[in-house]
Amino acid sequence: MQWQLRGDRPIYQQLMEQITEQIVSGQLGAGSKVSPVRELAAEAGVNPNTMQRALADLEREGLLYTNRTSGRFVTEDREMIEKIREQIAEDRIAEFMAGMSQLGFSASEIIRLLQKQGGEADDDGAKK
Amino acid sequence: MEQRNDLVVCEGLTKVYGGLTALDGLDLKLERGRFVGLLGPNGSGKTTAIKLLNGLIQPTQGTVLIDGEKPGVHTHSVVSYLPDRPYLNDWMKVCDLLDFFSDFYKDFDKVKANDMLKTLDISPLARLKTLSKGTKEKVQLILVMSRKAQLYLLDEPIGGVDPAARDYILNTILSNYSEDATVLLSTHLIADIERVLDEVVFLKNGVLTLHETVDAIREEHGKSVDMLFREVFAC
Repeated sequence: MQWQLRGDRPIYQQLMEQITEQIVSGQLGAGSKVSPVRELAAEAGVNPNTMQRALADLEREGLLYTNRTSGRFVTEDREMIEKIREQIAEDRIAEFMAGMSQLGFSASEIIRLLQKQGGEADDDGAKK
Repeated sequence: MEQRNDLVVCEGLTKVYGGLTALDGLDLKLERGRFVGLLGPNGSGKTTAIKLLNGLIQPTQGTVLIDGEKPGVHTHSVVSYLPDRPYLNDWMKVCDLLDFFSDFYKDFDKVKANDMLKTLDISPLARLKTLSKGTKEKVQLILVMSRKAQLYLLDEPIGGVDPAARDYILNTILSNYSEDATVLLSTHLIADIERVLDEVVFLKNGVLTLHETVDAIREEHGKSVDMLFREVFAC
């Protein structure tokens, strides 16, 4: 997977977010096995201790769990994954709305633009 | 309190050269299993600190213990050191150097060294003096990282290496140090290395000004170690 790390925030937080995204988007399916820490760390080009911390925190949040003998897995709790997915969507929308209102758009204008954009996207999809 | 897990313990470590205090009362403890960046502008005492840890120079005052002992026969067997300048005989071939190292160090892994040479496309039959500056640095780093040491002291290991090889080398260091070994790496190329570091030590005019984990710095200051460094050491 592609890891993107920015300079201004703790690395473990960014790793947590990106793994969470993998899970809610289904790229890392419910119940599937997570790669070993060292492998993930090498892939992301980060320190294994940092990756370990990110995974441990995700375990604390319940998104991952460790089976003593067979390694680390994504939770089977699909309801929880869905809830987090919606939470992320809400956060992104709030961020987007804040940005748009800074540009001077009202909520109704934004919705109108979104519908237009959405319609075009559907048309594109239909052509394909 | 001294913990058993501390691999390096410096207390009041001081080095005076003539009238110049290169290192001034350094108190530093490094745990096992950490990747530590020793950062500071030119002339801040980084190389002096590393040489003291390695027993190449003697402290004017203070003490340094590695794996519970003063620098000497035991510590030399557990410390793998990369100096800040080339020290190998450049008439030697790369493969001779591998033999040289495996004669010298019980913990040298020749297979691993050959693997790394292959990945970096360096011929074992090449004579050191025919290699470019960057390639020479790669060879030295391969030699040093192919030992199974407890402490790796790397003085400016990536300065002359191109960015693509830099990434490979950092990943090599990351994947080659074992869980109970510690890497202490001095550099001023902070942006390139901060994502692989656990913690950083800032030196300024021979004095320790900061010893913190990278993520704690980012959390507290809302900026990267690189940005913080530029602020703290602005000229």
